[in-house]
Amino acid sequence: MNRAIITVMGIDHTGIVAGISSVLATFGVNILDITQTIMGDMFVMIVLVDITNLDDLTALIERLLEEGKRLKVKVSLEREEIFRVMHRI
Amino acid sequence: MFFTTEEILETIRMVQTEHLDIRTITLGVNLLDCRRDRLEETVISISKRLKEVTRDFLDVVKKVELEYGIPIVNRRVAITPVSLLIQSEDIEEYLYLSKGLDKIAEEMGLDFIGGYTAFLEYEINKRGLAFIKAIPLILNETSRLCASIVVASTRGGINVDAIKEIAYIILDTARLKNNPISCAKLIVMSNPPPDNPFMAGAFQGIERGEKVLNVGISGPGTVRAALERLPKEANLIDVAEEIKRIAFKITRAGEFIGKEISKRLDIKFGSVDISLAPTPDEGDSVGKIIEKIGLEHIGAPGSTAVLFLINDAIKRGGLMASSSIGGLSGTFIPVSEDKSIAEAVSCGALTLEKLEALTNVCSVGLDMIPIPGDIDPYSLMGIILDEMAIGVMANKTTAVRILPVPGGKPGEWIELGGLLGKAPIINVNSFSCKGIFDRGGRIPPPVNSFRN
Repeated sequence: MNRAIITVMGIDHTGIVAGISSVLATFGVNILDITQTIMGDMFVMIVLVDITNLDDLTALIERLLEEGKRLKVKVSLEREEIFRVMHRI
Repeated sequence: MFFTTEEILETIRMVQTEHLDIRTITLGVNLLDCRRDRLEETVISISKRLKEVTRDFLDVVKKVELEYGIPIVNRRVAITPVSLLIQSEDIEEYLYLSKGLDKIAEEMGLDFIGGYTAFLEYEINKRGLAFIKAIPLILNETSRLCASIVVASTRGGINVDAIKEIAYIILDTARLKNNPISCAKLIVMSNPPPDNPFMAGAFQGIERGEKVLNVGISGPGTVRAALERLPKEANLIDVAEEIKRIAFKITRAGEFIGKEISKRLDIKFGSVDISLAPTPDEGDSVGKIIEKIGLEHIGAPGSTAVLFLINDAIKRGGLMASSSIGGLSGTFIPVSEDKSIAEAVSCGALTLEKLEALTNVCSVGLDMIPIPGDIDPYSLMGIILDEMAIGVMANKTTAVRILPVPGGKPGEWIELGGLLGKAPIINVNSFSCKGIFDRGGRIPPPVNSFRN
């Protein structure tokens, strides 16, 4: 299975989870895990997604960045392996 | 979730706010079988080969950069040393080939192409002389080709006659069009590694195979930020541990990205060079790391020890992270490219002599240092000779990349632009060393070169 981690950070307001998850739904990307915390007044959401059957990862990334702009939050997507190599021996 | 929030945010923070990047992906390409009887045909053959090898290079790099979220700053090619591709006493031939290489690099969208390289540590004959005499014209008439001249090695000793010639070449390169920046593409070296991904010293060593992908990873900002998070009372062991930890992580990331690109291009993975390479950005400075550890400025007494600590911790983390550590791997101290090192020169904390001392424990040498354009050529020769002696004796790479500024006086700032940054012209000791060069010849290799 190919997985990616989406990180969303910004000032907390309504609609962030809905906005991001609706983009994922449009692309047929399944959410495997989701965590969300508030650090000070910063909203931090981390979403683990399955991208095994996704045809165009680039398009998803571009769409997520757009959505981030609309929601005024910082969104990034990285394939999961990069976290594994950095944090696991 | 397989990772903690802290782990995920640490990676994101390193990239987004601490300038973690892959500084370069450098494809090493063997061009030995592109040699033809006629030079024009050699250039055509090289062009064909490089186009073939780099066809998907930029697209794949762009894709991987996007998918893994780590910026890749430079795309480069390192080729078989040009001195092995043509053997000529005619400067025009070297110029013709160089312009051809530069054009290919431009057409392929490469940032740099390295390999205008010659090995002169044993002798400098008529061909070697023509090779280096072409350099001022080449570096002033091309924009992407980098030159590296080897004048010393632990096995071969130091060729003082070659140093004498190359000093004039450096001065001519800067003077030809009153442009010291041309000299940023020229490096004089001892013991160069055959898999260095960084310019200006990159070339494809003949032992490195047909084509190979090398990665240069950097991240002074990540180290500085990690040190900032350490408690004030952290002792030097804690500091070394923290640097090692960060070096491990960024090396793993770099190696992974390199291997991914290598897999997608079907080109063998070579080595990963973990080097703290600063940029003029405030947060991306090696000088600042040194200050953070406990010095007012780099150059203060204690600087050599602190740089040794950093350099060694970087290597330790890198070696633990990857079995393919290569290139230079350590810490660069380029004066103009590091804001706080340039400022240390400006305020008098850092002198040329202290920089030389620091090169004993950094990974390269005297780098990106503006000097007065009217320097006595013999003084420039002496500076190079001393730096080569350090490399030869310590059995490490050392290099000199120095920028004579026509009409420039010590203390005047010179703006080099972009990633090359700016720096004050450094004061040079003007006592004469002419006598050594009047004697000429070679300095024999040191006792420690005999390891059999």
